[in-house]
Amino acid sequence: MASRRSLRPARFDDLGLRRALGDRMLPALVAAMAFLAALALAGSAGAAAMVRHWQDGAAAALTVQVTNPTEPLPRTGDGPEVTRLDQALTLLRSTQGIVGVRALTQAELAELLRPWLGDSSGSTALPLPGVIQVHLGGAGPDLAALQARMEAAVPGTLVESHGAWVQRLAVLARSLQACAWLALAVVAAVAAAVIMVATRAGLSARRDSIEIVHGLGATDGYIAGRFARRATLLAGVGGLLGALASVPVLLALASLAAPFVSATAEVAVPAAADMANSVQLMAQTLRTLPPELWLGLPALPVAAGLIGLLTAQATVRSWLKRLP
Amino acid sequence: MVRLEGVGLQYGRAGRPGTDALRDLTFVVEEGGFRWLLGASGAGKSSLLRLMHLAVRPTRGRLNVLGTEVGRASRRDLPDLRRRIGMVFQDFRLLPHLSAFDNVALPLRIAGRPEGQIRADVTEMLRWVGLARQMDSRPAELSGGEQQRVAIARAVVGRPSLLLADEPTGNLDDVQAERLMVLLKEMNRQGATVIVASHNETLVARHPGRSLRLEHGRLVHHG
Repeated sequence: MASRRSLRPARFDDLGLRRALGDRMLPALVAAMAFLAALALAGSAGAAAMVRHWQDGAAAALTVQVTNPTEPLPRTGDGPEVTRLDQALTLLRSTQGIVGVRALTQAELAELLRPWLGDSSGSTALPLPGVIQVHLGGAGPDLAALQARMEAAVPGTLVESHGAWVQRLAVLARSLQACAWLALAVVAAVAAAVIMVATRAGLSARRDSIEIVHGLGATDGYIAGRFARRATLLAGVGGLLGALASVPVLLALASLAAPFVSATAEVAVPAAADMANSVQLMAQTLRTLPPELWLGLPALPVAAGLIGLLTAQATVRSWLKRLP
Repeated sequence: MVRLEGVGLQYGRAGRPGTDALRDLTFVVEEGGFRWLLGASGAGKSSLLRLMHLAVRPTRGRLNVLGTEVGRASRRDLPDLRRRIGMVFQDFRLLPHLSAFDNVALPLRIAGRPEGQIRADVTEMLRWVGLARQMDSRPAELSGGEQQRVAIARAVVGRPSLLLADEPTGNLDDVQAERLMVLLKEMNRQGATVIVASHNETLVARHPGRSLRLEHGRLVHHG
């Protein structure tokens, strides 16, 4: 019955905002903003994950170079002849805070140098140093003391921490993160501006209705609340659509970036051939998204709705000041 | 109760001198009083009603409506005061996208009355003005007289303490105009202050009462 419709105040649209604030343009624009925000969030989360990965890897590793590794050290007493490399290995193994020590083979060394020296199958004209990979545990040893002891025992040995490189990469990643946050702020500001323009258009379209309702004793809060409710709904829906649209794109980006961030994700690519494992693959792909993104994406519609609410409230309240 | 002391109203943009719509008005309409507001077109009747309806604030003088000094009241105090004032506009000012029922219900919903009471009061009011069957019609589907009756119903449904009407019989036939006068007098008898602007000399003659007469924005007669 028609009269029942008119008695339902929850849907009572006294200012005619369902038409004045249409349900196409505003949600579409906010969806586009939310999509961009999702990309920015992903950039930030990705950069953070890379910093973590590098720091975890590099903080726990040292490289020790031993020049002329096969040359024997001058004998002390009756002991057997010891090469410089062996002596360095022994010393490192006996150092507290070191959990693993491994000398790279000539083949591994050649593989490392291949991009610069070509495929020399392990023999080069250059004298190659011995390279020892050291894995640290806990707080690790005191690097300066270790360097001094190595130098005393095996002169010409270099202890190199990866810290400096990682520091530079971390600075780069942090500035990427800052850019992402800046982009997010700009997107939020543009979304607020879009909502403000839409609200202003709605205000001028409904000027007469607003004046009538105002004359009947409606407070600023009542009128602003009507607009804010509508703007919150439209912006929230837009935010939801934008966030949903970003998920496939982010998954694609995450699987591209995965090898740089986590070792497990490398397995995902060969597994793609096996369609029987597609569910497992899907789960694995989903796991490639950084966890902060799984918090950030659902927050997008909420943030969009909140921007809608606050912007509409502020816009309408400032406009209403022209009425007595 | 409405009291004006040396009230002037000037329309115009800020910074520029505008034209004086009302000059130096001083009069009192006591609580529960009735006044005809008379005068030619452009004499300032509508401006005076707008002032008393708090749609504009006086540029000069002191205006007291229902015990509130309008010039000194803060903007936040005015909505409550407006809810105690009913106004029938010459051009009805109904919301075009709402049904007759919703238009009449509007002041009650703004005041936050319970929906059950709203339904009862609005239905009763629309029946009284003879629009029981047009409750769900939009203003565009109603004749001028029917729209005017909706506007009247909206003005009185909240039982205002001050009832203002601008040419309320302009679109009504004699029978409807008589019914309206009965309604206004009944409201007045129940304690509402009623001020009715009208051109209709025969109506005024049939319902004699005290009157305010304006000419060129000045009060020329109060008796």
